[in-house]
Amino acid sequence: MSNLAIRVENLGKQYRIGLAPERYKTLRDSIVNIVTWPIQRIRRGLAPSGEDYIDTIWALRDVSFNVEQGQILGVIGRNGAGKSTLLKVLSRVTEPTKGEVEIRGRVGSLLEVGTGFHPELTGRENIYLNGAILGMKRAEIDRKFDEIVDFSGVEKFIDTPVKRYSSGMYLRLAFAVAAHLEPEILVVDEVLAVGDAEFQRKCLGKMSDVAQEGRTVLFVSHDMSAILRLTEEAIVLEKGQLVYRAPTVEAVDYYMISGFSESGERTWDADEIPASAAPFRPIALRVRNSKGSNVDVVRSTEAINLEVEYALDESIQGLRVGLYLMSARGEYVLTTFDTDEPEQYDKFGVRPAGHFISSCTIPADLLNEGRYTVGMNASAFRVKRYFMDERALTFTVDGMGAPGKQWSETRMGLVRPRLKWRIEPIEQ
Amino acid sequence: MTESALGTKSTSETIILRPTRGWSALNLGDLWRYRELIFFLTWRDIKVRYKQTVLGAAWAIIRPVMTMLVYSLIFGQLANLDSEGVPYTIFTYVALLPWQLFSKAMNDTGRSMVSNRNMITKIYFPRLVIPISTVLSGLVDFFIAFVILIGMMVYYDISLTSAIWTLPLFLLLTIISALGVGLWFSSLNVLYRDVGYMLPFLTEMWKYLTPVAYSAGYITGAWKIIYAINPMAGVVQGFRWALLGIELDSSATMTMSISIGVAIVVLISGLFYFRRMERTFADMV
Repeated sequence: MSNLAIRVENLGKQYRIGLAPERYKTLRDSIVNIVTWPIQRIRRGLAPSGEDYIDTIWALRDVSFNVEQGQILGVIGRNGAGKSTLLKVLSRVTEPTKGEVEIRGRVGSLLEVGTGFHPELTGRENIYLNGAILGMKRAEIDRKFDEIVDFSGVEKFIDTPVKRYSSGMYLRLAFAVAAHLEPEILVVDEVLAVGDAEFQRKCLGKMSDVAQEGRTVLFVSHDMSAILRLTEEAIVLEKGQLVYRAPTVEAVDYYMISGFSESGERTWDADEIPASAAPFRPIALRVRNSKGSNVDVVRSTEAINLEVEYALDESIQGLRVGLYLMSARGEYVLTTFDTDEPEQYDKFGVRPAGHFISSCTIPADLLNEGRYTVGMNASAFRVKRYFMDERALTFTVDGMGAPGKQWSETRMGLVRPRLKWRIEPIEQ
Repeated sequence: MTESALGTKSTSETIILRPTRGWSALNLGDLWRYRELIFFLTWRDIKVRYKQTVLGAAWAIIRPVMTMLVYSLIFGQLANLDSEGVPYTIFTYVALLPWQLFSKAMNDTGRSMVSNRNMITKIYFPRLVIPISTVLSGLVDFFIAFVILIGMMVYYDISLTSAIWTLPLFLLLTIISALGVGLWFSSLNVLYRDVGYMLPFLTEMWKYLTPVAYSAGYITGAWKIIYAINPMAGVVQGFRWALLGIELDSSATMTMSISIGVAIVVLISGLFYFRRMERTFADMV
């Protein structure tokens, strides 16, 4: 018990919708409020529960968990599940509305790298400024300065104002400062979503170093493979509540599968489609077997039909409707678009308004057994992404009759094609 | 590796986060721990202020000097206001120095929480760091403009009196007033953006309630007491006394005490109000 780093008990964070970020009151509103206050008060009194009256939302509700010293805990959940709010409370940016959090040790947060960077200042000046903002002492920054510059790889431009940096250089420098903070508890939110692959590897390496030094890490990411690589245990948040805590592999499985219908079909209601998608309007995504019925389980020896139904309220130039296929671990199996073939590409240069179905077939004997996620994307290359749902639907591939089933072992790999083997005795 | 882990454990502190209500303590210890951040933010504001300008720091001189010239022409020459025995130019310049320090600090501080919102919504640090460093960064302009004053005093051959030693106290009073008012406005501005629109003409009106362009000697009788509620009235009279040797009148002890008292009350109430509002800043700003 004594080596707990974080203890969270019945944590709740309530936002008044009127107070959501980007909104603010004017004096006039307040004066109106003072006048109408008695009426509101009465109305609130009549509501079933005093706290739950309509214009508030609970971003977090009754969340309790402990993190031990030296543990790396993953936090996963969909957008709006409360992950960022949780990190904001833990890093003391915002106060809880309910409950209690006990934190042992200095907390360093990487909620967004480069906070406080000033474009007019040079790289060198920004290292000092950003370091101080993150809570480093001047002497500490002096000591680590060379290491930070080295890690960022921007030595040559260290005396150039950062507004002249490329966005990649800017991020590398920002992350370098943050990564050299030495807190006992590190809170990381999606910083790895930026930068190129090499830089991401560097960041991940740095984070596991941190953990090996016995410090505690709370890691939030949408990147399941990063979560799997870095953390041993994870919690799953859903609508502000902690719904699952387990070793990461299980938690990721739970997350990938939860919330999906079992029907082999995903439909979109009008309120689920962001305004930015217009004039593209997704209607349904279906997984069908060779007999043409919507299914949740397909056999690996059968071809799988994937079908997207959608409507265009106006014609779109260069539209491509595509699918991603991902394993339950979040690894991509393939990406494909309906205008991949040159003749389709030429024919649908401009797609007219109307109602469409784009469908494709994944050949039999391709996928290994397991659970798969289908994502959908509708975009015009380098122009606009109309709609994207990375986790629209899941289905299971059943391995019955697949090659090698005479052995009951689990086969490694995402694909399980039927390959022609020849065995030829060589006589000498 | 094990050693560093043990090392960190021994220095670790326990923080309990729970909802707070009502007024909270100032927690100046926390502020002290972040003193280097105050320094760095002040330094950033100074460093950045005149970037990409042709005249650079000369602006710190141009602004008060231009205002001085305009006032000298309108109030000194045309209106022929009394300047208590010293040339009108230096009479008004001495007042413009603390006034511009105050008005700039009040305006910048009032907007500081909103302009630093991306820091506030992402990282914890005592929020008081921001208004404090904003006020401090204004001091550099003050000292640059002060150099011109020294030149003018030499030119007009004004001899210093022993009252010069009180100058730092009046400078401190300026800072206290600016910070106090700034704290109120910066917290209010998070809630009501009206404050941002109100500040420019509030500054304008406040300037006429302060004896910048005219002599405080025009205020007489019981009005003196009401007039002294404006701490900047005390500051300006103090500056003229300390630098130009313009005698304070018989009721000076009382009016000065009122000015100092008001400044301190505004600062302390501002600090507590700021602390009270602080916990919602990240959600509201």
